[in-house]
Amino acid sequence: MYFAVFFALLAGTVLTVFAATLDLGKYNAAVALAIASIKATLVALFFMHVWHASEKLTKLVVIAALFFLLLLLGLTMSDYATRLWS
Amino acid sequence: MQNNASAGSFTAVHDHHGEAHVAHNPALLHHFAAPQQQRDAASLGMWVFLATEVMFFGGLFCSYLIYRRWYFSDFAAASKTINMYLGATNTGVLICSSLTVVLAVWAAQTARRALLVGMLVITMLLGLVFLGIKGVEYREKFEEHHVPGASFSFDHVEIPGHPGQFANPRHAQIFFTLYFVMTGLHALHMIIGLGIFTWLLIMAWKGRFTPEWHTPVEIGGLYWHFVDIVWIYLFPLLYLIDRH
Repeated sequence: MYFAVFFALLAGTVLTVFAATLDLGKYNAAVALAIASIKATLVALFFMHVWHASEKLTKLVVIAALFFLLLLLGLTMSDYATRLWS
Repeated sequence: MQNNASAGSFTAVHDHHGEAHVAHNPALLHHFAAPQQQRDAASLGMWVFLATEVMFFGGLFCSYLIYRRWYFSDFAAASKTINMYLGATNTGVLICSSLTVVLAVWAAQTARRALLVGMLVITMLLGLVFLGIKGVEYREKFEEHHVPGASFSFDHVEIPGHPGQFANPRHAQIFFTLYFVMTGLHALHMIIGLGIFTWLLIMAWKGRFTPEWHTPVEIGGLYWHFVDIVWIYLFPLLYLIDRH
């Protein structure tokens, strides 16, 4: 299992570099962030044992961390993206 | 305990307490009901700390996103001057170190002391390789005068995909400030991680970790993986903005 995750992470890295050399227009950033998020999820679930965590509170803390991060980034960016700054 | 019924209740309770002391697992602290609860409490505490770390790095990622939106072409030009191959290699190095960390935790769980020591040593070596490569990268930036400050220079650097158009050096300097602060803070976490792993290595060498008690290996592992996750985001965001 650990080795499968390991090879998936290496493949994800190669894929990120490859995707960055393609011209995907607006979607370059989205693809890069999507691959990074999949890799981060794999590390958290399997290497950091969140998947098999016996304590539900641990999962709650992980979800809370993500929630507040998305709140920070989401609300800030929705503000900056919808204002006329010039 | 057996003469609970015949003996006076006070002594019976007292005896019971005394026996419980002898019988209970030496690795289990008094205020926990079971070893599993003790382990869960430790990893829960670590996850709460990591949640604060998420917010700590989150503020930097947030400012990065704002400036990247504002000065996208300048960020793209600045990002292109960083050595992508060194960054990609470092990503691979960190992923390998994450694998050796999970193997170390597994070795501690299954009482394989030699494997545990070996995996901790390899993890630390990979951490040092990462920092070494980072140093080479920083040196390139110093030589190119891409370090923010009085000697910063970013004149006549073309914007990718727009020949003849040059990046604004002031905006590029913001990119390099974020680059040095974010990778520097990450590197600081790596150095702290190496310190933690040095201690783990000494403890493992002395044979202090058992399948019943190896909490520091697990907690230290969580920290190392978290630092790996931060790098998983830093690499595409800083190195690969516009490479086609």
